[in-house]
Order: sequence, then structure tokens, then C-alpha cells
Amino acid sequence: MSTASLSERASVSRADFFTPSIAKRLAYVGVLAYLVYAAATLGLSFERVQQGIGHGVRFLVGFFPPNFTQTDIVPGLLESLQIALLSSLIGTALAIPIAVLSARNLMPPWVSWIARLIIIFCRSFHPVIVAIIAVKAVGFGALAGIIALTFASVGFVGKLLAEAIEEISLKQIEAIRATGASFMNVIAYGVVPQVMNRFIGFVAYETDSNLRNSTMVGVVGAGGIGGTLFSAFQRFDYDFVAGIIICIIGLVMIGEVLQIYVKRVFR
Amino acid sequence: MPGKPVLKDISLDIEGRGITAIIGPSGTGKSTLIRCVNRLINPTSGEIWFEGQDLAKLSGQPLREARRRIGMVFQEYNLVERLTVMENVLSGRLGYVSAWTAWRRKFDDADIQKAFALLKRVGLADFANRRADELSGGQRQRVGIARAVMQSPGLLLADEPTSSLDPKTSVEIMEVMRDLAAENSIPVMINIHQVDLGKRYAERIIGMSGGLVVYDGAPDGLDGDILKKIYGGQDWLAT
Repeated sequence: MSTASLSERASVSRADFFTPSIAKRLAYVGVLAYLVYAAATLGLSFERVQQGIGHGVRFLVGFFPPNFTQTDIVPGLLESLQIALLSSLIGTALAIPIAVLSARNLMPPWVSWIARLIIIFCRSFHPVIVAIIAVKAVGFGALAGIIALTFASVGFVGKLLAEAIEEISLKQIEAIRATGASFMNVIAYGVVPQVMNRFIGFVAYETDSNLRNSTMVGVVGAGGIGGTLFSAFQRFDYDFVAGIIICIIGLVMIGEVLQIYVKRVFR
Repeated sequence: MPGKPVLKDISLDIEGRGITAIIGPSGTGKSTLIRCVNRLINPTSGEIWFEGQDLAKLSGQPLREARRRIGMVFQEYNLVERLTVMENVLSGRLGYVSAWTAWRRKFDDADIQKAFALLKRVGLADFANRRADELSGGQRQRVGIARAVMQSPGLLLADEPTSSLDPKTSVEIMEVMRDLAAENSIPVMINIHQVDLGKRYAERIIGMSGGLVVYDGAPDGLDGDILKKIYGGQDWLAT
């Protein structure tokens, strides 16, 4: 390639503007090679897949017809719903101040780093791991589930809200500051209007995600329908398992629809 | 970290009423000068005297109280886009109300009456409940002026208030600003790129170049030689 600047050159070609990247091509080859290697070391052979599918089909046949007759489905679902809503509410309430403190455009670096560490800590663990710890700490039941999902909500809402705050227009903040407004008034008039829409979206998404996770924390004894599901599995009670799974799908779908209306009210 | 100083050895006295226009090439420190006054930018040294206080020494609560007395109009209006026009005008009172009051929009009736009267004055009474981002540039700048006057300021700062507007709207905005400032006896300090507008509306022109004041006087005294001194070169001047 010529080193002369473009304006001095007599003619140009495609290669002057679109340089092929050897590094990128090597990376593609590398990724492909790793996939083949990983599949080989995990013993993923065609026979293994065939055997697995055969077993899966027998298992699925056990699902039919689904059994809805047992009485502990509804209380379990309601407990899951309560865990989801309470943990979303508490988690969001805790996440708001942490998000404000971790926004680098509003806070000095040392404050935002401390707040950031809290968010990173909350995001480090899967809700089930937190649920196992919570069950050990406070005992079986819904409280442990609420703790686990609150933890996750602080991490998720905190991170996204902090990022939303960092992307706001500082011009609007500057104008509010120039009126002599206090820090809290700058938040109320400069920051909140700019992030409110996205914030509602985050909370709705997190509530939705908590609803799904709240059906699972019961597997480790942290309350909700998950416990019922797990014991049904252990009894090989597959038609009851199918009944529970269908009810969970129904609950999540209802949540999805409700979310649309709740968002509309708040926006 | 303080870098190279932008403003050098500037000593200005803004007094009385009327408009003082600051002209000069882009990057010469006009915005910095204006933003130093209400401390949106902190000066590295020097004094800023306003209503018996050295603003350069203030911080925290006393600084916020001083800022309440200084209205500011911005080049890009800097309205809070997702709030209504009325909320934007009332935000001029944010230095006076608690966060709890501001959050619930429980402004005094007197403030609401005043805000509405100002909106009427700038011709936007019917837009009071519209969101600020629905307005055109000229309308937004009117709201920006109303917000600044809402503070009942002792000084109005305007940082290139017409630079994003077409020539006709620019003139209208200058007139609104001049008239509102005169009615409320507020002296105005304005940065402006359009020399003709500056000459037309200002009672005093300050010409800056390279961070220094190179002209300070009546608009009439601003002739070709001085404009050359301020902006450099002469090819751009119509002969």
C-alpha cells in the first residue's frame, strides 16, 4: 500500500478504503476449531444424541394427559407471584439510590466505584445460588426466595438504570443547575424525566424475569411452585409435572399481558 | 485539571439595565466567560462580584442561592424535553422549593400565575400543557427565556441564544429578551455571533479575541477595523 496521503494520489482502489483483516479471518477459524474440539472432548457423538432423544420421547409421553387435580398448584403459584412482586418492589426501591450513586456523570469517582461494586456483587451470582445461601441463612420458605430475587433485582435494575442515567443529556441538567436547584431538585427535574420511560421498561422486564425465577427458587426450598414441581419430579409423577408446567406458562403469559397495561398507566 | 487558561486578564463591570453583547470568534472564551459568572465553569482565579458577594468564593448552599438570582438562556434552549412547557417555566423556581414540593408539583399559586403570565407574554399560553419536545426552536427559546425570567433574576445570562435559529426568529427572540429584561429591570449579558443583531439590540459591545477584551464600547464604535481586530482577516467583511 502506498504511504502517500490520499489527496496526493493519482488513483485509488477499493483496497484503500476496505482493508481485509487477517486477524478477523483467523478469529473465525479459531472459533470454529474450538467448537469442534469442545464437542469432541464432551463426548458428543451421534449415538449419544440418538440415545438421549429416545429417552426424552419416553419421558415426554409420561406427561400426557397433564394432571391439574392436585390442590397444591394454586397456593404454590400464588406464593410464586407474591415472591416475584415483593422482590421486584423491594429490589427496585434499593436499586434507585444505588444507581444514582453509581452514575459517573453525577458522582465523584470514589462514590460511583463503591456503588458499582455493590451492583457487580449483586450480579455475580445466579438467583439460585443466592437462594441456596438464603435458605441456609433464614430457613426454608418464601423469605429466602424474596431475598434471592431482591438481590438479583438490585443488580439488574441498578446496572441498567445507572447506564441510562449516564446517557442523559447534560444540557438539561446544566439548565436546572443554573436555576439554583438543589441536588435532589436536579434529580427530580433534570434526571428523572430523562430516564423515566426506560426505568419503567427495566422494572417491567425485571418483574417478568422475577416471575419466571420465582417458579424456580422453590427447587432449592425457597418457596413458591418450584418446590411442588421438584417433589413431583422426584416421585416420577410426570403428569402432575406437566400440569404444573402448563400453569407456570399460563402465569408468565398473564404477567406478560398485565405488563403491557401497567406500563401504559405509568407512562 | 485546569488546562491552558482561556480567559486572560478580563475586567468587566456590567451595570444598570440593557443588553451588553459579547462578540468574538468561536473558541475565544465567550461561553467560558458567561459560564464563569454563574459558576457552571469554575474560574481558576479572579473575582466575580454580584449583589455584594464574590461568586468565585461560593460553594454549596450559598452558591445555589446566588444562582437563583442569575437567569440563563442557552444556545440549544436546554429545556427538559419530556416535561411540559409549564413545568419547564416553573423549573425557574426550583431554587426556592424543596424536592418534595417540586416532585409533587405543589408550586405556590402565585408562582403558577406568574409562570402563566410569562407564557402569555411570550405568546405560548396555549402551549402550556404541551411537552417541550413538541415545540419549534423559536418556541423553545421563548420557553427558555420565560424560565430564566421566572427566577426573578438580578442578571440574565444568554449564551448565543439565537445561534440555532433562523434570522427572522433570531430577531423575534432578541426582541422578546430585550423587552422582558426591560420590563423586569434585568441587565442582560449576551454572547452573540451575529454582529448585526448585537449592534441592533445591545447598548454596549464587548469584543473578545484570544481570551482578551479588545473592544469595549458603544455599538456605533464597532467599525471595520475593530471587527478585523476581533475576528482577524478581512476577506469576510463586505466592502
